[in-house]
Formats: sequence, structure tokens, C-alpha cells
Amino acid sequence: MTVTTKESRDVIKTVDEVVDEFHARSEELIPILMKLNQELGFISSETLERISTRMHIPQSQVYSVASFYHMINTKPTGRHIIKFCESAPCHVAGGREVWDAVQKELGIKPEETSNDGRWTLKTTSCLGVCAVGPVMMVDDDIYGNLTPNQLPEIFAKYE
Amino acid sequence: MTYFRSHILVCNDPECVEKGSLNLMTALQAELAAKGLADEVKVLETPRIGDCDKGPEILVYPENYHYIGLSAADIPFLVEEQFLKGRPVASLLAPPKREEVQELREPTAKEVRVVLRNCGKINPENIEDYIAEDGYSALAKVITSMDSDQVIDTVKNSGLRGRGGAGFLTAMKWGFTRDAVGDIRYIVCNADEGDPGAFMNRAVLEGDPHSVIEGMIIAAYAIGAQQGYIYCRAEYPIAVRTLEIAIKQARDLGLLGENIFGTDFSFDLEVRQGAGAFVCGEETALIASIEGKRGEPRPRPPFPAVKGLFGKPTNINNVETYANIPQIILNGAEWFAAMGTEKSKGTKTFALAGDVKKTGLIEVPFGITLRDIIFDVGGGIKDDLQFKAVQTGGPMGGCLPEESLDLPMDYEKLTQAGSIMGSGGMVVMDEGTCMVDIARFFLEFIQDESCGKCVPCRVGTRRMLEILTRICEGNGREGDIELLEELSQEIRQDSLCGLGQGAPNPVVSTLKHFRHEYEIHIHEKKCPAKVCRALISYEIDPDNCVGCTLCARNCPVDAISGEAKKTHVIDPDTCIRCGICSQVCNYNAVNVTT
Repeated sequence: MTVTTKESRDVIKTVDEVVDEFHARSEELIPILMKLNQELGFISSETLERISTRMHIPQSQVYSVASFYHMINTKPTGRHIIKFCESAPCHVAGGREVWDAVQKELGIKPEETSNDGRWTLKTTSCLGVCAVGPVMMVDDDIYGNLTPNQLPEIFAKYE
Repeated sequence: MTYFRSHILVCNDPECVEKGSLNLMTALQAELAAKGLADEVKVLETPRIGDCDKGPEILVYPENYHYIGLSAADIPFLVEEQFLKGRPVASLLAPPKREEVQELREPTAKEVRVVLRNCGKINPENIEDYIAEDGYSALAKVITSMDSDQVIDTVKNSGLRGRGGAGFLTAMKWGFTRDAVGDIRYIVCNADEGDPGAFMNRAVLEGDPHSVIEGMIIAAYAIGAQQGYIYCRAEYPIAVRTLEIAIKQARDLGLLGENIFGTDFSFDLEVRQGAGAFVCGEETALIASIEGKRGEPRPRPPFPAVKGLFGKPTNINNVETYANIPQIILNGAEWFAAMGTEKSKGTKTFALAGDVKKTGLIEVPFGITLRDIIFDVGGGIKDDLQFKAVQTGGPMGGCLPEESLDLPMDYEKLTQAGSIMGSGGMVVMDEGTCMVDIARFFLEFIQDESCGKCVPCRVGTRRMLEILTRICEGNGREGDIELLEELSQEIRQDSLCGLGQGAPNPVVSTLKHFRHEYEIHIHEKKCPAKVCRALISYEIDPDNCVGCTLCARNCPVDAISGEAKKTHVIDPDTCIRCGICSQVCNYNAVNVTT
């Protein structure tokens, strides 16, 4: 017998709402996963299970799709997600020094979450703002023309 | 001389003084003294920090925290948090400065704006702005006075080639899709502009979405499609939003949906977002993604024109290809064909990025040389350093050296030179770039984005990356170059899709034009451009060093030792080659050697 906690019921409710919004159509699996990613922070095994049940798609297949796409998280994330552009134009414009400084400042490596749950660090592919590289996003804010000494001030804005 | 761990610079410009900055200074000094910090934190006056209209303002070093709008009441809390506990006070910090960089400047003499003609001039969220610029007149002309053959002939005579990179003749693709067996057809727009350094499509989607929508409706009319999708990458949320608004406005005016212009032609559009997978820019992977699957390419034939989305005939074109269509219909095929070269007609947008002075978007007729693009339109190399190479076509493109600068921009000419047109991204590199590091960097990207379906790409690029990493770390071996060449050939021949087939291009082109750099890395264990960390070392020049200790204080691994006013020394075993000492030194005393 599975005990459903309050958190579980919330997850199930959220999944049901989103799946219903897209009429449980299998072709809408990616928009469904993206929306759940946004609402729940990441796709947990519980979320996966419920999607699978509602949409009649094997769990392995749902996981296969979820894990394929960079922007869908299959692990829990911190309160703030930093996406650092890892692409060539940003790299050529001095991105390497900034990337080293970011990792040093936060004390974590890419795909890791800080111990205090504040930060998750990810790389992102090109954001299309190469004219102001190096570039990173913190949550939905984009920062360009980065230099290492700007970082403490930027990070201080996010509790 | 006392060494302070922190400095506070208080702005004493008249505006800040008027707002009480000198009183603030006194309050700061008093509070610091009260907390026993007077020997650790020094308070200084300084002119012109910059935001005097938001004053009084202070700067805290070494962290460079910029506080604005302070009052005496803020001081006790600020001192306790910032200087005792080491926690900056977010509510008092100035918002980070955004530098004014123009992505799209006024066109220079050599530019011709077709696709970008409305960007920055109209409000993309108001369809009437677009209509005022002859928007949807082409559609009206097509629906009321042209049939499918006439539309496709016009596109054929214009010579328009797919702008996504492959350069396939657009009219041909439309013809195949129209003539394929079946009742249901789809039109898809590839707005998954994933090439790093390419942001031309983004500008069009955000600045002139209706040009793309109109182009798609015209294509649907010619091909006989009822439903279309714009697959836009999720990294472009503004573009997604702008498209959705535009589609709704077009629908409200009867330009999309049932019975367009009152005829029996019906067509509707939907936006679908990507989820962060570069390979989904490949047409069959894109189709798989819209179908809700992993973005894995499929073997061709059958081509999407015959069997595409949901198994139906599908026409996929790039954003820029569609954006050209309304202008071609309105101005005529001859107008378009008069621009460009014999085989590459019309204009092309390019995104200049990297070490060039004027980064941003340009649109030029084909035939213009690389030299003109970089040095005339682009303004030359930043800081007037030496040009070294330019990468065209994105991560599957090639790096071209100085000898190639007089190459005219033309699909075939670029391929012959060892690169590709790609979608139009151009990354300019100066003398401080290591070409082996660049090849390794692109291969890392490709390895990350490889879908994993076929062995040549999945395994082959990993082996290439391992070899390149070894070379950059000083462990290159005799035979590495030959192995890279052999692997490149096999991966090119046997990969399932364009990503794999193009993956070796950065390596092949850098080996062709910069082979000596590879050889120096492998045989001499040196990096001529002084980039590869394992092959360089940082040294302090005793002739220039004044012993200010700035480098030692900023070194993240405490690798620098020395007394005040005496020459400092870097311990090469501890040094991690981050370059911070070189950046902070004001006396040009840090040298990089290889």
C-alpha cells in the first residue's frame, strides 16, 4: 500500500491539471514536461509515474524524453538557477575567466546544487545575445558583458 | 603602513554631497570605530562614482559592491552586515549596469536590408504597423491572382536557397512537398536557431514576426497545407511570446484560420517550443520533437517532403527563408535575383560575434568578401589586434585564416574553402586565440549535443575530444594528428545526420590552416597563443613589479608571495593559471610564457 503524503497529492494534482490542459495528447509530452518542470522545479519519479499513468506512456519512455532535453530537470534544483553560456562567441570574449570565477564564487561545479539549496549551476547553449558576451542567466534575468569582478554584486541580489 | 582588508569609497561629487554624502562618511567612520573595525576598514572620498542622481553612493572594495541611496539610518545595519558578517545588503545595492550595445545599427553602405527591413522600425506587437509597411499585400496578391504553379515559379526564378544552412533550392522543396502523395500536408518553420553565435532569426522573430507568418501562409497556399508549426527554441522566450501575439492578431483579422481573405483556403499556425537540444535544429530531429519524442534524426530517404511530421508530406524551411518570400512576391523574382552571385542569389543576414569591434547583425548581398564584412562593416578587430581566423557556419563550420579573407560569400565557394555558410553565425578570432583549444571547444559542444543514436558520432566525436584534450594538456603523442584525420573522415562519411557529418569540420579546417599549432602543442608542449593552461606559466617581471601586493591579495590559491614594496614571486606549482594577477596588476608586471 502506498501512503500518499500531502506533497504527493499536490504533485498528482498539478500533473493532472497540466495533462488535462493539453488534453493528454502524446505529441504534447514535451510542453507538458516543460510546464511541470516550471511548476514543480523538476521532474521527480513521482511526477514521472503520474504522467505515465495519465498518458498511457511507459515510464521509461517518459524518462527517456525528459532526460534528453537540457532544460528539463530530472534532479532537484536550488532556489536560483544559473545558466552560463558555454558557447564559442562567449568563450572567445573572455568567458573562460568568468566561468572559472563563477564556479569559485559559488563553490559548485556544473549540474551541482549548493549545500544551502541556494544555487544550481548549469551550462546553457547559446542564448542568442552574443553581441554582449560573456553571458549568463540567473533565473529569468540575463547578464551580459560579464567580468569576474561583477559576480559578487550580481549574486548578492538573489536570496 | 597599515593594510586594510576593505576600502569604502564615498562619492564627494556636488550632487552626492548635497544629498548628505559627507555626513554619511562621518557616520561610517564613527560606526566602524564603535565596532572596532577602524584598523581594518578605511573610508575615503572619491569623485564621480557614477550614479549621483541616486546618491549618496559608495563603493566597497575589494568586492566592488556599489551601494546607492544611502541615509545615516542605514549605516549601523550596513556596517554590521557587510563588514562584520561579510554579507552584502541586497536591498541597498545598485542594480547591475547594462551596457548599451546595439545589436542592429543603422545599415552601413554595403548592407541591404530585406529580411531585417522592419526590425527596430515597427512595433512587432502591432499587426497594423506591419500592414502599413505593405505587410500581407503579398499574401493578398497570391490568393487573389496567382495559383500554386505561379507562386512556385516565382520562388524558383528568384533563386532563393534555404537559409538554414543546407542551401537547398526552396522552390524545389516546395514542389516536392506539393506533389507528394497524400491529402494532409504540413508547413513547419525551423526557429530552433541553436548555432552558438547566431542570433539573426531571433531578431526577425522578435522584431518582425509577421514577415515569417506571411511567408508561411504563402508557402501553405502553394503547397496545399492546412496546418503549420513554428518550432521555436525555448531559449528565446521573448520570440515565443511575440510570435503568439502576432498569430493571434493575424487570426483576429482573418489572415489565419478558416477562409483566408474570404476564399476557401484555410490555414492555421501553432508555436511549439523546444526544450534545450541543439540537435533539434536538424529537420528530422525537429519533427520527432514536435511529435513528443526524443530529438533523434531519422535516415533519409524518405525526406520530410514525402514523409515528415506525423508521417505526412512536410515542408520545413528556416525563419529567414520564409521572411524573404513576401518581398520576392511583391518586388518580383528578377529583383531578388539581381542581388548576389550566380549561384547564391539575394541577401543573407550574418551575426558578427567574437573579437570584432562592431558585434551585431548585418544583412549583405551574397558576393561580399569576408574582408569587407569583418573590416568594413564590422569595423575591424577589437583593440586593433591581429586577425587570426573567422569561423563561419556555426559549430559544424570551419575556421578560415587570413588567406581566405578575399573569399566572396557564396555557398559553393565557402564549402570549397573548407567551411560552410551555415545559418550565418560568424565568430571572429584574434591573435590571442589558440586554434587547438578552439577545435577542442567546438568538439566539446558537439559531444554534449550529440543525440547518441549513431556510433560514428556518439563514439567517434568522444574519441576525437579525448585526443584534443590530451594535446591541450601537454600529453599529445606522435600519430595523434593522423588519428584525428582518420577519425574525421569516418565520422563524416558514416554519421546519420548533419550534426555528425559536420562535427569534424572545426578539426579538419584548423588542421588544414593551422597544423603547425598542433605540432607545437604535441612535440614542444607549448601553446603559441598562450591559452592552454597546462602549457603556460605566469611570472612576475622584477623590473616592473613595485610590490603593491595587489596580485597576492587577489590570488585565489595564495600562490604569490612577497613583502610590501619588494618584488613578488609566483609559485608555479601552486599557480592555477587563472590570470587574475595579470588582470589586476596596474604595472604590467605579470608575464605569460610558454
